Amino acid sequence: MINIALPKGRLGERVYAMFERAGYECPSIKESNRKLIFENAEKGVRYFWVKPSDVSIYVERGAADIGVAGKDILLEYAPEVYELLDLNIGKCRMAVAGKKDFYDDNQKTLKVATKFVNIAKSYYASKCRDIDIIKLNGSIEIAPILGLSDVIVDIVETGTTLKENDLDVVETIVPISARLIANKASYKFKTEEIEKIVEKMKAQVKFDD
Amino acid sequence: MNEAILKHDERAILALRALYRQYGYSSFKMSKFEEYDLYVQNKDFLVSDRVIAFNDTDGRFLALKPDVTLSIIKNTVDEADCVQKVCYNENVYRVSGSTHQFKEIMQTGLECIGAVDLCDCAEVLYLAGKSLATISDEFTLNISNMGIISAILDSACTDELFKKEIIRLIAEKNSHEAIALCKKYSICNDDASKIVALTTLYGGTELLGKVEELCCGNGEAQEAYTRLSELCASLAETDLADKIRIDFSVVNDMNYYNGIVFKGFVSGIFEDILSGGEYDTLMRRMGRTSKAIGFALYLDLLEALDKSRSEYDVDVLLLYAESNSLKQVMAKREELVLSGKSVSAQRAIPKRLRYKELVDIRGEADLK
Repeated sequence: MINIALPKGRLGERVYAMFERAGYECPSIKESNRKLIFENAEKGVRYFWVKPSDVSIYVERGAADIGVAGKDILLEYAPEVYELLDLNIGKCRMAVAGKKDFYDDNQKTLKVATKFVNIAKSYYASKCRDIDIIKLNGSIEIAPILGLSDVIVDIVETGTTLKENDLDVVETIVPISARLIANKASYKFKTEEIEKIVEKMKAQVKFDD
Repeated sequence: MNEAILKHDERAILALRALYRQYGYSSFKMSKFEEYDLYVQNKDFLVSDRVIAFNDTDGRFLALKPDVTLSIIKNTVDEADCVQKVCYNENVYRVSGSTHQFKEIMQTGLECIGAVDLCDCAEVLYLAGKSLATISDEFTLNISNMGIISAILDSACTDELFKKEIIRLIAEKNSHEAIALCKKYSICNDDASKIVALTTLYGGTELLGKVEELCCGNGEAQEAYTRLSELCASLAETDLADKIRIDFSVVNDMNYYNGIVFKGFVSGIFEDILSGGEYDTLMRRMGRTSKAIGFALYLDLLEALDKSRSEYDVDVLLLYAESNSLKQVMAKREELVLSGKSVSAQRAIPKRLRYKELVDIRGEADLK
């Protein structure tokens, strides 16, 4: 039996649809109820829905053998897992954004508001830029407007939220998409099953031209 | 001794000590504290660079040991022809990766320091496998040779940043990003396909042929391959044959490790329980000329295997009153103990005690 952690929400539903097309369907998952764990013994899979940012924790600690997590979460928390496949869905980018008239003159410490402290720190460390990190948990976009920070580091999908708040992308840090991850010990003892899933999922990935 | 009452880690300590002694490894007992400077100079070698430090009464700055290997190296001498073989069982103190807080970790392992040859390496790998076998029948010993990785990377690109990133991707089995990084650095197709193969190759010793192909035409890689294949061949003739995996995702810091590296996994434990390798580079950094190989086993992880939860804390709760004489209580308790039962003598029923049988002698009070 392979335990699979799926991220709750729209992305998770798209991921499950890929598993279904790959031959790992579990009809009970589509019943509308509050259950969080679904099993198809015949196919040897057990799915469970967890908060997207928790998927890597379930996989790292072996409660799930495999799972699907955003690259943003993998970069931020650096879990000890294998990253076996880029599913090429849930695509967006981690970017620096600021007010339209923002100009970084390098003369003072840059105030950066973000949920992704580690990503922001390592990005600016690679540029040797002195920064003051302000950790926020939501509504990051208002930080530069209210003068709390000079810029924000956040996920940008379409850019609509930024535009509506008079912000612009200053630079892209890294492209983000959903990744299939595996627990290291599970991979050692369920190699064949996990590799088979990876191969079948690979066939479902729509690659960009 | 009734081994059934021992916990998994306690049984393992006894079995491992006996195993290492059998192969001529002498116990190495060390102080709980070590000079702080030793860790500052080699902080990248440590699993976590945080240590618990304090001033001793004479003003010396000390640390609670976060690692054993560095202390052992410090306490051995370079000998041209001999090998010092030591084993240990120590508590170390370091920040846990999952909780980000300091944790006491029980670690056992062995080190082989001196004129280490292929025979010593084979012995250490064999003992690593046998150590895992004392814990569970379901385990794998995953082996790599850093020499193969570094030789292939050196011939592909000289950029240190590229090498650092690729090693991280090999450790993650992340072939999609490895392909992208090779493209970014304009690595030629032949080298790129070898690098990507390092991220995906995983399996038993039957894979050695494929590894040989990767090393073909690269002198240093071929030399490293020969060493890996000779060691695998020696293990293939033992009872560990089906437990050996070739796995390049086992990568350790190249600033310290130079050749064979390995990790052990046991079914039911979510991370590697054994880690080791050849660390000649660390020896050079510490001003030593000897070679070295060793491994550590993290016994605190064995807790995950103790699934059996006893239904009761004791067989009998012996309830007595103040009116019972000491002689009467002791006689009853000994009677029960001699019948093979565990007994907790109490004057009232403890709320959290789970007992199978209640023996109440309060009404049998004899006259004092």
